[in-house]
Amino acid sequence: MAEVVLDQISKSFGSLKAVDNISMTIPDGAFVVLLGPTGAGKTTTLRLISGLEKLDSGSVRIDGRDVGFETPAQRDVAMVFQQYSLYPHMTVRENLSFPLRSPILKTPEDEITRKVDEVAEILQIPHKLDNKATELSGGEMQRVSIGRALVRDPQIFLMDEPLSSLDAKLRADLRVELKRIQADLGSTLLYVTHDQVEAMTMATHIGVLEDGKLVQYGTPRDIYENPDSVYVASRLGLPRINILPSELFGGDHKAPQIGLRPENIVEGEGIEARVIRAEHLGDQTRLHLDLHGHPIVTLIDVHQDYPAGKTIKIRPNNPLYFDASGARVT
Amino acid sequence: MSSFSVTEPSKRSKWVAGTLVITYALITMIPLVWILLTGFKSPADAISYPPKVVFDPTLEGYVNLFTTRTRQTQEFLDANPPQNWADDIVRQYDMVIVGPSKFGERFMNSVIIGFGSTFLSIFLGTLAAYAFSRFKVPLKDDLLFFILSTRMMPPVAVAIPIFLMFRNLGLSDTHLGMILLYTGVNISLAVWLLKGFIDEIPREYEEAALIDGYTRFQAFYKVVLPQAATGIASTAIFCLIFAWNEYAFAVLLTSATAQTAPPFIPTIIGVGGLDWPAVAAGATIFLIPVMVFTILMRKHLLRGITFGAVRK
Repeated sequence: MAEVVLDQISKSFGSLKAVDNISMTIPDGAFVVLLGPTGAGKTTTLRLISGLEKLDSGSVRIDGRDVGFETPAQRDVAMVFQQYSLYPHMTVRENLSFPLRSPILKTPEDEITRKVDEVAEILQIPHKLDNKATELSGGEMQRVSIGRALVRDPQIFLMDEPLSSLDAKLRADLRVELKRIQADLGSTLLYVTHDQVEAMTMATHIGVLEDGKLVQYGTPRDIYENPDSVYVASRLGLPRINILPSELFGGDHKAPQIGLRPENIVEGEGIEARVIRAEHLGDQTRLHLDLHGHPIVTLIDVHQDYPAGKTIKIRPNNPLYFDASGARVT
Repeated sequence: MSSFSVTEPSKRSKWVAGTLVITYALITMIPLVWILLTGFKSPADAISYPPKVVFDPTLEGYVNLFTTRTRQTQEFLDANPPQNWADDIVRQYDMVIVGPSKFGERFMNSVIIGFGSTFLSIFLGTLAAYAFSRFKVPLKDDLLFFILSTRMMPPVAVAIPIFLMFRNLGLSDTHLGMILLYTGVNISLAVWLLKGFIDEIPREYEEAALIDGYTRFQAFYKVVLPQAATGIASTAIFCLIFAWNEYAFAVLLTSATAQTAPPFIPTIIGVGGLDWPAVAAGATIFLIPVMVFTILMRKHLLRGITFGAVRK
């Protein structure tokens, strides 16, 4: 396990700047989540660290060592691909053993058996070990693909949306399991996702990417409570933060835009908004409101009924302020 | 529920398709069956008109194919009784077997040259196809077109220059010369076919292997090659069939040492003209290796091994 430092790394594909001057430090033993929409440069960042792509500029240091000229094998990183990439001509056991049999590790056979069985147990696939990789369901393939990384003890785990194709229950289970494994082993882990629940629940640090740039890097709480911009604020929180012109509520406004998360909206006083509809999710009820033509989504008491067309009063409480370009104003 | 289904073909169309396929198979098999039968005919039956479909089978053709014989006087024949069943057969023409014919040797030449050039074409073709498929090769498209362009005229069109080249290089009538020549003709086919197959194999597999601690070549060997098996098998069949059946260059460039079976078989001289049963027997035996090779490779041809392990 090691600290990984990205120092002003950039990578372009033709005219597209996939990764644009990113610098970040992934501390030893940290669980860092890269969050951003498709095309923000998350996967390219992983590939640059793993050595599957060559840097245009900047440097990657693993455990203090500049790895710019090293092959992926020499860097000693484990990666879980979004597309599983299980070797189709091998069984599950052979897939899981493959990294351990590499010329770099050359693990003894009894050690391989022990590790593979252990990882299969964690991922709940021991009964599938002798199946061909092609005979698995999508969720099972995904787990084998995670397992192929977990059998190793690399400098850093790189995971590219490893839970994206699992069903909701398995995803929730594995999220907890993955976090537990990482904490137990003290592994350094860089995890790419666009799922904010994964980011919030597992990460020790979150990096938010936008168009190849790292726009904010910090703890989940810090990113949630002190977003630097509208963009970052919109990445976390369900329902999403409501961005509104601040003059809607009159009174003092330090900046042209305010951001209201559901918990920043107080009901029962303030100005009037019209109920469009209420979504009952069981544990929460989302209320869609219309405030002078601006849609607002907030959370309300599960047991109350809000028929469409009803008017309620709302008031902002500790809102976030943003300037016209979307940058935070404090 | 009615038995009507959109995806399942109806009984009638299955019947029609089946009949068509079987009829076609029977028609294409006629020449093969004819060769097989002629091999077991006597020379007289082989050229009789109308052709005989029912006849007394004999191994005369096969004996003549594998042996050289000389005519002997009646005294000699009386003094030396036939040694075995083959000798027995040739005695009816007052002949005795004096040794093996060249056929075995020619057949082995075909095996060496056919499989040698197939192996070389596949070996070079796979490496080239992998490089073209995965790496940035300068002038890649031009190179690929150049490789393809070697196929744009019949190979025999360059027979004379090749003949002269081979003579100057000392490659005429050598196994190495023929292996190089057939490899040269097949390599373009091999590169193009194999590139298509390798393009279909997702890069993620090699990338996963690179991350798992293997070198580029090890990843190629352990991950790409097994998955390209289907493509390699079918390409190998095409290469072998060409090299095995090639006639024109073999006639032109080989004679005493490296002659292959195709130019040899039609020259088998029997009693009073071409010995058709022996020629047919030679053709029958000549067909067997390609048939066996194709049947062995069939399991690879039919197996879609990469299906479904990468999410697209």
